[in-house]
Amino acid sequence: MNAKIKAILNILAVAALGLFLWWAEGNLDGYMIQILNLIAVNIILALSLNLIYGFTGLFSLGQAGFMAIGAYVCSILILAPEQKEMLFILEPAYDWVQSAQAPFIVAVVAGGLAAALVGLLVGIPLLRLGDDYLGMATLGFAEIIRVLAMNAPRITNGALGFKGIPDHANLWWNFGWCLLTLYFVIRLVGSNSGNVFKAIRDDETAAKAMGIDVFRQKLLSFTIGAFFAGVGGALLGSLLATIDPKMFTFVLTFNVLMIVVTGGLGSITGSVLAGFAITILLEWLRFVENPVYIGDWELPGIPGMRMVVFSLALILIILFRREGFMGKREFSWAWAVGRFFKKAERHAS
Amino acid sequence: MQADTILETRNLTMRFGGLTAVKAFSAAIPRRSIVGLIGPNGAGKTTCFNMITGFYKPTEGQVLFNGGDITGTPPHHVCRRGIARTFQNIRLFSNETVLENVMIGSYLRQKTGWWQAVFSLPSSLREGRAVAAKSRELLKVVDLENLAAEKASSLPYGAQRRLEIARALATEPTFLLLDEPAAGMNPNETQDLMTFVRQIRDRFNLSILLIEHDMKVVMGICEHIWVLDYGEMIAEGPPEAIKSDPKVIKAYLGEEAVAHA
Repeated sequence: MNAKIKAILNILAVAALGLFLWWAEGNLDGYMIQILNLIAVNIILALSLNLIYGFTGLFSLGQAGFMAIGAYVCSILILAPEQKEMLFILEPAYDWVQSAQAPFIVAVVAGGLAAALVGLLVGIPLLRLGDDYLGMATLGFAEIIRVLAMNAPRITNGALGFKGIPDHANLWWNFGWCLLTLYFVIRLVGSNSGNVFKAIRDDETAAKAMGIDVFRQKLLSFTIGAFFAGVGGALLGSLLATIDPKMFTFVLTFNVLMIVVTGGLGSITGSVLAGFAITILLEWLRFVENPVYIGDWELPGIPGMRMVVFSLALILIILFRREGFMGKREFSWAWAVGRFFKKAERHAS
Repeated sequence: MQADTILETRNLTMRFGGLTAVKAFSAAIPRRSIVGLIGPNGAGKTTCFNMITGFYKPTEGQVLFNGGDITGTPPHHVCRRGIARTFQNIRLFSNETVLENVMIGSYLRQKTGWWQAVFSLPSSLREGRAVAAKSRELLKVVDLENLAAEKASSLPYGAQRRLEIARALATEPTFLLLDEPAAGMNPNETQDLMTFVRQIRDRFNLSILLIEHDMKVVMGICEHIWVLDYGEMIAEGPPEAIKSDPKVIKAYLGEEAVAHA
């Protein structure tokens, strides 16, 4: 299949998504739109972690830390000065926090860049560690960010966090960023630089022997991943309109990890599909937390039951289908068109 | 150092704790030659490779490449200077295709980086095509062009060895180290390998140092041979001299064999 047809199909797919969003905006209720928004944000976060963990093989659990940085930076920039004056009741904000202002798109990019900068700085010491140790260290990093947010009241408003963050993050922004991330990651992973990331994942020693500066490439992948985690965090902050340090615990990282592992480590398609499926399930499964009536006997609802269900599901996936839904496979137009025609042939005969 | 020497080691020594893996290894390898490093298992041959390619930092001694000191420089710098290697227990990028494996090898000679690729800049697209074309060319050299789209781990053993060599050639080396290239090959494949090693030497202007247990290969293609035993060099010279050296026979076959010879 030639490049022109593929380009046309890509444009049609994006146009179809655009039409759907336009329809959704007018016809779906707020709750459904919120779920769609969360899907877009979760796909961004999953792609970010998949780049770091799935494609480069760096077991990083620092996602929540980068998201927190993105969310706080973006929120500070889009909250109006009067709002900030009202919010900072414990201690007044620093002047530069008080007066910082930027349009939404600049604020989101700034959130991503701040996360990337921190990613670069913590990556320099941490990426010298291997596998499990890297996981532990990045987990610790995310916790440090959370504690810092708690204890810097003149920047973050401490435990109270921010409320009433302007809700700029509508369907268009979220899916726009989602498509941008998707494009970026597809281009990167499909290039020879992407091959180098995968080489490091497969065999670090051989990669070194091929003249690859392994540490530098790891740092690159980690920093790019941190950028998109920051962007995802920034959008999430604006979407939920409220952030506080309690939000950025390990559970947040766990949700993203679950999407990436379920979809398939090293599959972009997997992250997108699992981003859809798991976000919807996370909402739909809320019923397990409600009280259940059997006859007139009431089984009280247990908050957090959803996570038990999901943890069990993750364990089952790791036991029985470790490579996830997609393994390392990707969607391609050639494959889709091939299947379509095969089906059509079968119907015709 | 003579002008026609490409690589020279001086008193190269590697100690791991109390164990001396290689002791005062000195060798000068002439440019455009095929030379061999042999010795019984555990003699320290691969340790020598690891010191030359920067995977180990020698305890003592020096490695000179094209007259410059490269002792203790990290592996990726060594490779950049023009030394490529293969591994005894094949180390391919197993989840990637045959073509991608070779393309990864040529990454270090690439001029455009990741961000040019992301933004699809013309310079990057052009270079991407050139890298793919060059990699296909190398696959033709090792007779794997028909398997370009296969996953590397799905290849048969002999083909994996050849792919590893193609990948090493993609880094554009002037000096190539082959760690047991004939291991696990049948006599036919071994014969082909010998012709192949000579061919790539001529075609890419290489100097080649190989570790090999198959004496037919070593004696057949090496112009000069170094023999290690328990980390010490016990003999060096042209194949005929090595074949009849009592010390070498003793190292390989034991004391009795010398008496019978």
